[in-house]
Amino acid sequence: MRTPFTVRLFNSMPRAGWAALALFALFAWVWVPLAHLALPADHALHLSSYWVSLLGKILCYMVVAVAMDLIWGYAGILSLGHGLFFALGGYAFGMYLMRQIGRDGSYGAELPDFMVFLDWKELPWYWWGTDSFLWALLLVVAVPGLLAWVFGYFAFRSRIKGVYFAIITQALTYAAMLLFFRNETGFGGNNGFTDFKRILGHGITTPEMRVVLFALSAALLAGVLLLGRYLVTSRFGRVLAAIRDAESRVMFIGYNPLHYKLFVWTLSAVLCGLAGALYVPQVGIINPSEMSPANSIEIAVWVAVGGRGTLVGAVLGAGIVNLAKSWFTVSFPEYWPFFLGFLFIAVTLFLPNGVIGLWSTLRARLGARRPAPAAAEPPVQGAAAEPPAAESSRGAVA
Amino acid sequence: MTPHSNRQRAGAEFVAERENLRPQWEGEASTGHVLQPGELDLSHKVILYLEDITVSFDGFRALNKLSLAIDAGELRCIIGPNGAGKTTMMDVITGKTRPDEGSAFFGQTLDLTRMREPEIAHAGIGRKFQKPTVFEQHSVFENLELAMKADKRVRRSLFARLSSEEGDRIAAVLERIRLAGEADRQAGLLSHGQKQWLEIGMLLMQEPRLLLLDEPVAGMTDDETERTAELFVSLAGEHSLVVVEHDMAFVEALGGKVTVLHEGSVLAEGDLPTVQNDPRVIEVYLGR
Repeated sequence: MRTPFTVRLFNSMPRAGWAALALFALFAWVWVPLAHLALPADHALHLSSYWVSLLGKILCYMVVAVAMDLIWGYAGILSLGHGLFFALGGYAFGMYLMRQIGRDGSYGAELPDFMVFLDWKELPWYWWGTDSFLWALLLVVAVPGLLAWVFGYFAFRSRIKGVYFAIITQALTYAAMLLFFRNETGFGGNNGFTDFKRILGHGITTPEMRVVLFALSAALLAGVLLLGRYLVTSRFGRVLAAIRDAESRVMFIGYNPLHYKLFVWTLSAVLCGLAGALYVPQVGIINPSEMSPANSIEIAVWVAVGGRGTLVGAVLGAGIVNLAKSWFTVSFPEYWPFFLGFLFIAVTLFLPNGVIGLWSTLRARLGARRPAPAAAEPPVQGAAAEPPAAESSRGAVA
Repeated sequence: MTPHSNRQRAGAEFVAERENLRPQWEGEASTGHVLQPGELDLSHKVILYLEDITVSFDGFRALNKLSLAIDAGELRCIIGPNGAGKTTMMDVITGKTRPDEGSAFFGQTLDLTRMREPEIAHAGIGRKFQKPTVFEQHSVFENLELAMKADKRVRRSLFARLSSEEGDRIAAVLERIRLAGEADRQAGLLSHGQKQWLEIGMLLMQEPRLLLLDEPVAGMTDDETERTAELFVSLAGEHSLVVVEHDMAFVEALGGKVTVLHEGSVLAEGDLPTVQNDPRVIEVYLGR
């Protein structure tokens, strides 16, 4: 008898994982709305709008980190251009937000302010349909997805991998940034889009909208985690990890790595686009600096810090680095780049498996110290020679 | 009686012996049959023909008019000094190297010199390289699952579920390669010999008709070598095997026909004692 899909999905994650997800849902969909909307501003447990926006932003970053982890941690493809897909999703939704401003802009015109400023008389063709919410959603998925598919097809077909692939993605996002900086491109030049007023007719700066966007971001993250979990525990995920470890061997047993890589690469880009679309209304601005190479490198740092090859690790990494970033940029803004660089070096040298790897090591050590019968695996030959980066890549924490 | 009909008769006996294993071999050449493109045709009981194969690399003749025929279900050992062309021969059969001259057929109809590597693998020729490459991060079971003959497209992998027959097949191969107790162990933690077996198991999961094994017992202990010989002998009949090996004790244990290659062509062929007593073979191995 075939097990229903839902049951398989349920069984693909340990109970602790579902419990954590339930706690997260309770936090994001019950506690945050209550603490922000119901409690008075002077209440000790009141969550200020600063915090709701910050946490919502970080949830979007976490989605990006999971998307990055799917291709880097599981398929072994390091992208240093993922900020591009995130920004494209943001721009696609930003076009809708610009159209929603209507005549409330500084010039009171039908066109977005920056077009009036450039003395344009009508919308460029690619703005067609952007006043429709559904069309905007389609663009959010289609634009990053299509770009990733085309780029990925040619890159993977030419068997470009490793550092060469990373450099090309870096160049791609840099080129896109230069393109978007130009006023003539039609996306607001270096100012990008800002001064959004409403979504679907509702004010964008109201506490209710803030909570809704936050809850949607949380839902996206939960959905992406479940999807990721399903993918990495399916045969597809095992083929992906096999491609990461020995691609030619995978070809030899009859799989075409091109299709596998292309699928996960495109999916990853689409997830980044969705995260970008939720990010933009929460921070209220999108500009080409989101496509800067440094931004994309930072995404890789999140995943490295948290632990590659575990979905939870990616989420943790994005959370830790971004919370640290918002604290640093308030307290000692000038030292943040140094701290980020130091963090990356420290993690690479001392925590090759990231925070999750540290956790597994500690747990294994504690387990070994306890005189439990056969708690630890007997040391096996070859284990010491294994590169540590690979150790936890298929750990139970994912 | 011509030698040809002799061979056919031997083949017919062989089929009778093995028909419970491979009923599709029953197709008789005399009754005629329809050509099926892409299908392995074993109507003449020969699974691999190499005829006058020549391969040159920058003027060096790695293979020099090499001719060889392997019967279906046969276990054949290829020996020969270094540089005799053993690996090049494997490369020609698997499509990695194109011969300059000569023909190579898989069964009666499949022209190996016109097929690409994946097509050849798909048609049923499996190759084990000298150095075992298993997926070290995956468990033994998962290694076999990945190698299993199945629809390997993305959309199938996304929703693939191990059917009970597939589970049985993996269990049978695990039993055969003596790794049933290690099914959940990470492949990277296996001993060298066990990795070699796992690799053979992965080859078996693809259900090849012809297995090419390049120095399968290199680096194995005596005990492991002995067990590998048992494994190969048990595989013969159901599969056809071509084993390249230096270890004479192993070749002896396999007990099949032996072909000696020298400077790119066949020097001698026969059972091991015959070959070992052949003066030309003695000269090549011991002379000079």
